[in-house]
Amino acid sequence: MIVKRIARWFDDRLAASSFASSALNKVFPDHWSFMLGEVALYCLVVLILTGTYLAFFFSTGTHEVIYRGSYAPLRGAHMSEAYASVVKISFDVRAGMVMRQTHHWAADVFVAAIVVHLMRIFFTGAFRRPREINWLIGVTLLLLGILNGFTGYSLPDDLLSGTGLRIAYSIALSVPFVGTWLAFLAFGGEFPSDQIIHRLFIIHVMIVPALLVALVSVHLALIWHQKHTQFPGRGRTETNVVGSTLWPTYTAKSVGLFLAIAGVLAALGGLAQINPVWLYGPFDPSSVSSPAQPDWYLGWIEGALRIFPRWEIRGFGHVIPNPFFPAVLLPGMTFMILYAWPFLEERFAGHGLVHNLLDRPRDRPVRTGIGAGAFAFYGVLFFAASNDVIARLFHVSVSGVTWTFRILTVAVPPVVGFVMYRAMRALSESGAPGFLEVPFRAVLGNGRRGRQVPPEPEAEPGPVTEELEPAAEPETG
Amino acid sequence: MNGRPERRFQQGLVNASFAASAAASIGLAVVYVRGGQPQLEGALLLVALGAMGVGLIVWAKRFLPPGPFVQERHPLSSTRREREAFARGFERGARPIERRTFMAKMLGLALGAFGVAAIFPIRSLGPSPGRSLFRTAWRRGSRLITPDGTPVTVDRLNVGGVLTVFPEGSPGRADSQTLLIRVDPSQLQPLPGRGTWSPQGYLAYSKICTHAGCPVGLYEAETNRLFCPCHQSVFDAIDGARPIDGPATRPLPQLPLEVDEAGFLQAQSDYQEPVGPEFWNFGSVG
Repeated sequence: MIVKRIARWFDDRLAASSFASSALNKVFPDHWSFMLGEVALYCLVVLILTGTYLAFFFSTGTHEVIYRGSYAPLRGAHMSEAYASVVKISFDVRAGMVMRQTHHWAADVFVAAIVVHLMRIFFTGAFRRPREINWLIGVTLLLLGILNGFTGYSLPDDLLSGTGLRIAYSIALSVPFVGTWLAFLAFGGEFPSDQIIHRLFIIHVMIVPALLVALVSVHLALIWHQKHTQFPGRGRTETNVVGSTLWPTYTAKSVGLFLAIAGVLAALGGLAQINPVWLYGPFDPSSVSSPAQPDWYLGWIEGALRIFPRWEIRGFGHVIPNPFFPAVLLPGMTFMILYAWPFLEERFAGHGLVHNLLDRPRDRPVRTGIGAGAFAFYGVLFFAASNDVIARLFHVSVSGVTWTFRILTVAVPPVVGFVMYRAMRALSESGAPGFLEVPFRAVLGNGRRGRQVPPEPEAEPGPVTEELEPAAEPETG
Repeated sequence: MNGRPERRFQQGLVNASFAASAAASIGLAVVYVRGGQPQLEGALLLVALGAMGVGLIVWAKRFLPPGPFVQERHPLSSTRREREAFARGFERGARPIERRTFMAKMLGLALGAFGVAAIFPIRSLGPSPGRSLFRTAWRRGSRLITPDGTPVTVDRLNVGGVLTVFPEGSPGRADSQTLLIRVDPSQLQPLPGRGTWSPQGYLAYSKICTHAGCPVGLYEAETNRLFCPCHQSVFDAIDGARPIDGPATRPLPQLPLEVDEAGFLQAQSDYQEPVGPEFWNFGSVG
């Protein structure tokens, strides 16, 4: 009753009934891999909720204070207000520890979910026309996610994150022509300035979150407007969508997913220690903790920094500092290629067609091979970021590990790419339902037998139990 | 959905999930009121949120319309008529603007000028780098002090010892952090021009790694090697801190030392090259 009256009140002012009723009936395809983006979205919700709580207690002050809180090992230590406030959140604000650690875990899972979501989009060709705009937005969201991860874990002003900031400053310095100005303007002077924590805070809690929320909104609005892609199958065509309706099934599942994700993140936050800044100690520019690795999503850059050869590269009569290549050029090119991929693929392998049906990875052996090779490359770099830990673990020299990684970085991607290409060809040509059923000879063979085109999925009526009126939606025009 | 018992079991599962969630929420409130406990809070949050989620998902999968439903897609391109209508509408508005070419140009000028003026405040974000990256706080005659401010005497370290030092008056200053080590004087093979820099086997190198600026925190006395823990650069302390492994390309700058009459170690001058990682105009030492 009351719902009806409220709905009536709004409808008298917005005339939204027609949109709302078509929204309720909107169909979303079901597939487990379509959840990955949702996982990222719900991590963002958890991040905003926990982050808001943390922001009430965090201080950006760089003045030195003497710690007098309840964490005994640090009592009497000199530290910045910022670091002291994080220790206070951890030990003296009730529920603060859970909120802090949940926030950190959610950030790590957020970026991970984006990366896996990106892989799903890539390997199924979901970025193709008409969805290139959403690909561009998605890549930007990944960039912003990494940026906010870094600014966030740099805020506590602890020894580990201070070292990370020192490296970031050096990376800024390494940029040709403008490096010194870039570093001084970004950090407010020579490292360590007293302004950087405050700046990171504004970027972390205001600028990037605003961009994230705005772009996620557009991302979702475009999915809504363009409708979700679907895998080929019985009854599924380029011109229809087969799945659950938004109301009530999809809504219930999605809210359930949100709650489950929030629950798992909170459990990690309460039970699995992450970034124990009280163990690292306050930042001191002349100290360093060892081993020192960044959060996982920066591992590839850290690894590249570690294994990039000791070359003195000159250009325009100047030495171009070594970190420029692994930490500016590599990420720059990575994201340029990511942004350009849909257009490159359209240019070299496209036909200007609209695609609402997804590829299976085997349908596009070249793309799948290139993608697998690329991810192998970043995977090797990620592990190279732990060359010191690996050396200690296996009692070998760091130098040997570094050289091994240098070779692997060059050798692994083409091998993985080629093997994946062959495997996809074999899978596609043998017509086997799954990879395990492919005869081994098909993998080795060079495919001279000619490609067997698998039967096109026909638009025959499948197990459709109920059909909605399609025209419930107002056409745009 | 074959048969009643299974359906009843699933109903029970949903109800039990929600009940568990409610119980965990009550537990959560109790834990909070009694002072909070991170591990309990995490576990209870898992049940409070997770069980509610599981309940909803089972509910959706078993008791809500499963579909699949089919919906047609509408074309994502407009019709030619719609496009032409838009083009006409746009041109109708643009034509009167185009007729006033000069006014439009002046508007462009105003926008451009403001755009340029709006860039200037960026300059307030930081000071000019100037020569600040070429200098540290070390001066001729600066005594070496430990981080707590004690001046370093010539008998402070044994052979194989290591100490982080700062110039007197600037304890803890990041760009002046210096690593003081003492080696057997017979091992010394000073580089040309550095013959007087290392009295009694004392060597002082900038502690800032020339690769990415981390403190070069580790010293291995048997091999006289300095290690940076960040990216695993290794420097040979005997050989002018030459980089011998890892990504660093440049030796750690050496601080010329001397011993004053009172037996304190002091600097002969500032570093003679910039400390820390390289930058664009690095070579223009002046």
